[in-house]
Amino acid sequence: MADTLVPLQRTHPLDARPSLTEATVGAVRVVDVSAQVQVRAAVPGPAADALAQVIGAPLPTRPGTWTPTPAGGRIVWLGPDEWLVVDPSAPSWDLEARLRAAAAPHGGAALDVSGQRVVLSLSGEHARDLLAAGCAVDTHPSVFRRGAAAQTLLGQAGVILLALSDDGTDYELFVRSSFARYLADWLADAATEHRTA
Amino acid sequence: MSETTSTTATTAQARGSFRTPTGGRVDRTSPVTFTFAGVEHTGYRGDTLASALLADGVHQIGTSIKLGRPRGVGAAWAEDPSSLVQVEEPFPDPMLLASTVEVFDGLVADGVPGQGRLADIADSARYDSRHLHVDLLVVGAGPAGLQAALTAARSGARVALLDEQSEAGGSLLGSDELLDGRPALEWVADAVAELAAAPEVVHLQRTTVFGVYDDGFALAVERRTDHLGGAAPEGTSRQRVWRVRARRTVVAAGAHERPVVFTDNDRPGTMLAGSARTYLHRYGVLAGSRAVVFTTNDSAYRAAVDLADAGVHVAAVVDTRDVAPAHWAVELERRGVPLRTAQAVVGTRGVERVSAALVAPYDRAGLAAGARSSAGVEPEAIECDLLLVSGGWNPAVHLHSQARGKLAFDAGLGAFLPAERLEDLLVAGSAAGTFDLSSCLRQGGASAATALSELGLDVTAVPVPSAAEQPPSSSSSAPDLVWVVPDPSGDSSRQFVDVQRDATVADVQRALGAGLRSPEHVKRYTTIGTAHDQGKTSGVVTSGIIAELLGAAPDAVGTTTFRPPYTPVAFATLAGRDRGQLFDPVRTTSVHDWHVQAGAVWEDVGQWKRPRYYPLAGEDMETAVLRECAAARTGVGILDGSTLGKIDVQGPDAGVLLDRLYTNLMSSLAVGKVRYGVMCGADGMVIDDGTVLRVAEDRFLVMTTTGGAAKILEWMEEWHQTEWPELRVHLASVTEQWAAFPVVGPRSRDVIGAVFGAGGSEDGVDVSNEAFGFMTWQDTTLDGVPVRLARISFSGELAWEVHVDSRYALAVWERLIAAGAPYAITPYGTETMHVLRAEKGYPIIGQDTDGTVTPQDLGMAWVVSKKKPDFVGKRSFARAENQREDRKHLVGLLPVDRETLLPEGSQIIEHREDGVLPSVSETGPVPMLGHVTSSYRSAYLERPFALALVKGGRARVGELLHVPVKGRLVAVEVTSPVLVDPEGARRDG
Amino acid sequence: MQMIKCPWCGPREEVEYHYGGQAHVAYPAEPAALSDEEWAHYLFFRDNTRGLFAERWVHTAGCRRWFNAVRDTVTYRFHATYRPDEPRPVTA
Repeated sequence: MADTLVPLQRTHPLDARPSLTEATVGAVRVVDVSAQVQVRAAVPGPAADALAQVIGAPLPTRPGTWTPTPAGGRIVWLGPDEWLVVDPSAPSWDLEARLRAAAAPHGGAALDVSGQRVVLSLSGEHARDLLAAGCAVDTHPSVFRRGAAAQTLLGQAGVILLALSDDGTDYELFVRSSFARYLADWLADAATEHRTA
Repeated sequence: MSETTSTTATTAQARGSFRTPTGGRVDRTSPVTFTFAGVEHTGYRGDTLASALLADGVHQIGTSIKLGRPRGVGAAWAEDPSSLVQVEEPFPDPMLLASTVEVFDGLVADGVPGQGRLADIADSARYDSRHLHVDLLVVGAGPAGLQAALTAARSGARVALLDEQSEAGGSLLGSDELLDGRPALEWVADAVAELAAAPEVVHLQRTTVFGVYDDGFALAVERRTDHLGGAAPEGTSRQRVWRVRARRTVVAAGAHERPVVFTDNDRPGTMLAGSARTYLHRYGVLAGSRAVVFTTNDSAYRAAVDLADAGVHVAAVVDTRDVAPAHWAVELERRGVPLRTAQAVVGTRGVERVSAALVAPYDRAGLAAGARSSAGVEPEAIECDLLLVSGGWNPAVHLHSQARGKLAFDAGLGAFLPAERLEDLLVAGSAAGTFDLSSCLRQGGASAATALSELGLDVTAVPVPSAAEQPPSSSSSAPDLVWVVPDPSGDSSRQFVDVQRDATVADVQRALGAGLRSPEHVKRYTTIGTAHDQGKTSGVVTSGIIAELLGAAPDAVGTTTFRPPYTPVAFATLAGRDRGQLFDPVRTTSVHDWHVQAGAVWEDVGQWKRPRYYPLAGEDMETAVLRECAAARTGVGILDGSTLGKIDVQGPDAGVLLDRLYTNLMSSLAVGKVRYGVMCGADGMVIDDGTVLRVAEDRFLVMTTTGGAAKILEWMEEWHQTEWPELRVHLASVTEQWAAFPVVGPRSRDVIGAVFGAGGSEDGVDVSNEAFGFMTWQDTTLDGVPVRLARISFSGELAWEVHVDSRYALAVWERLIAAGAPYAITPYGTETMHVLRAEKGYPIIGQDTDGTVTPQDLGMAWVVSKKKPDFVGKRSFARAENQREDRKHLVGLLPVDRETLLPEGSQIIEHREDGVLPSVSETGPVPMLGHVTSSYRSAYLERPFALALVKGGRARVGELLHVPVKGRLVAVEVTSPVLVDPEGARRDG
Repeated sequence: MQMIKCPWCGPREEVEYHYGGQAHVAYPAEPAALSDEEWAHYLFFRDNTRGLFAERWVHTAGCRRWFNAVRDTVTYRFHATYRPDEPRPVTA
């Protein structure tokens, strides 16, 4: 039977929202990331060191920050012993296995959450206005610029918000995949004035 | 006093002739046409409904709520207690003030008697909100506010300047002041232009800060398109709520003029003196042709002089004080305006419009003494069509008070003033009781400078423009404090304290007579201050009247509590965009669109959309569910169980933590095995249940109920983080990571085998019972994608759960559907899931339990470990209350008639021999034994059945009980909750 | 909308948090050794303080960490927040 079937296709909750970018006047785009792995380790400590070794960069210890990885990904601070490792190309279960193998012997942990959240980029002149429509965190570039991260609410959805630029025009949003359509609809609705202006 | 009708003044004026030839802020090149009370009027852009109507000589707006007395325009802004209108076009909007509604082409409005009418069609306008963070929030763009904002802007601070009017200027809009020798409004224009160019300044007009809350949080409503009517741009929100978080706030919200209460003080044409001045200077409108000005203080003289200069015949200025201010007495004399000191207005004449003010010597004896000195003296009637009143000024202390700032009564002003400096909120200008222009400007700038320097910012001072010299203080007189002018005949029943509520001095006297003392109680007894204006003009007067009647100091009486909103805010505005499909997030699984295609009928489970059933053509829920149940029990069914909560538990102490939180042992579970578990609160009551997979020596996957997902993770974290932080264990939600599909029924092995067995998958799984036992799991891959299969059954049937990365879930689901086609695989929804589990007596936590049910009550003593020394809830099982024989147990109920579907929630009583529900009046309440928790029709049993919590239920198995259903008693047999396959023979296929 | 300062994430709006009741009420070391009355006291009895009160919060929408706070039950004002492993700070 298998030979009559096409290979397993990956789907994305926002496949059903093909006009999201258009509806937000170019502000919102779906970002395709291959792997997201949540890692846990005490810092400083051997588990954190072992994880850093695999990632190729140390885990950021300042709350509310993210740092880039050599693979072009990101390490996002989620808690005092918790990070989200984002990789643009590695197979997710593979990355989990490598990170878990490094951390588990030292009491750390790693788990594949690549399907747990989807990633949106939010950019351009309206980016901050869209955030201000439903996010209580101050995104002024003087206090929230490249390297800043916040786990907070946008509309009624929990998000991880990353600042990618120093001028308030480039952000990334991580949202749980079950909330992705709600957030997409919310963003499209928030952009109504930008669309009609 | 007789009610002699005199409409001479109004009829004498042709419509439109009350507009001054020049002047005012209205745009005389932009006429607008609107309809009020069925009559078409023309005004100008920049007019309010009130100013445009006054320009046409229309004073009466509506009638009062209880007495039906005519009501007019009482003021020029939101303090107006009386000009309530209903906007009909462009969209019905009740309870607005003519004095704040801006006119536009096509506006249709009517006056309303105290209450309006909500639209009976959906509001198609958009409403939204914005968060705004600033160093300094300045409330009010009058002189003090502008100076504060300029200071903050030049200092480089992040600033919000919010003002409720259509343009900046505040009191300067209604006056003819000069600043630095130029018209003050030129200074305003320069300030506005400078603020517009400052990058970190948000300056919004038509934006009312209506509430100040904790930690520098303020809410404001911006009326963005209301004034544009039909010309409002498509897509622009009509109103916007600004959620401002300010490190410091300067309140420069101005002051409200205060009326004096006297008999028949509610007639149209009676207006606050300063408001008439605003109508003149701002709108170019004369509020009447023949005016009497009644005052207790100097400020109303300005109105008298300005109106006289503009051509109004000022018939008299009546001042309660013995000595008039020298400066103003000269000005009046120069204009030939008669001045009457030590006199008061004691009544009025007129019906739809005031026609005369009745003036008599002022009786200082006051209310408490009753009317004496003026008794018998016939008041003098002075003809007028406009009666201007000033009892002094009330600083707008609302926001300071909302922020829990203390107030104190200032006897000189006769008003309550901020009595303390709050840490993050300062008050400046007339809101702080400062009334001369120079001081207001200075105080605005100084407040901003103080606030900014407290924040550690470098302050750039802004020079204060110089205002015209004030009359020397030697030529002014201290204000008089007059709340009520006693009625000469002692009748206080037409002395209106709250004009909107038709509440009078008599009502206050009645309240005090009933023993009430606090203004809070008097407010609720009399309804004073409960209308749209929340007592802006009546509140302090009420405190004053109470004080006077009780012989107490106003300070001791105090005020009612100032609460948000400052002015009314529509619910639609507060709801913003959280309505329609954005009202509550809709959570979807990866298979959602497939369910849509399959015609699923939805059930909302928390925020999730779950298929409830999939009707075929012509099926209702009952037939669809019977079909779906039959398929799962005789063929194969498939459910999207992706909404189940899933928690990854990792770390060397993972088993230890689970042992402490589950009632049974989890650490003894072998890798590759699955165990059902129950969690209880410390009180021993069941809070959640589900299966646990041991994924590795140091890793478990915990499955929770759909509704319990977030709560249980938080619960586990709470114990781990707060009680046992030493445990090396890490918890995380993987609910959306893993899709979960139960494939259920005697043919499920065929389907699972076809997709994942040796013939279906590259590393095929042996799905035989020997190789893949019940409550075990195995990992495999499909096209390289990891898949986990688990023999878990929530139906009692042979069943697998298929777990896969949700990104590949739809593809795997479609494989299963395709592979199941030969067996007529049937997708089923939550309703069938519920029936299947109930037939097996599996409880749904939260439906069959309610937070008072132990595992033992559910008949699940087997899930409670006897070996573990402790776990959360264990100690409570030994409590006497939890040992009682008559606790409610989960049992099955079978209606004896094999017909009746017992409504869930039905009460259960003892079996009655006569089959008749006894009358409560004869026997008293019938003892309740419990209630029905779940009830369904069973395709398998071919009869309806139910689960129920029944007192001492397990001992009653085999007994008959009665369930009242719509007035008749339905006999039910108590059974074990397990009605299908009690031996468990079906689960292995 | 109060701001609550998460010891990790800093000040955030109160909607991001869940309340967790009185702080520093330890789970008894040996529940089985307690009388019914003592156990009931642990289960059901909490202080009802007028004034400064130590209580637990969790930053649900943020870092998911539990922490403690000293809050004035009269004014609602937070006087301090601190991590679970820190002692209750001295507050005025």
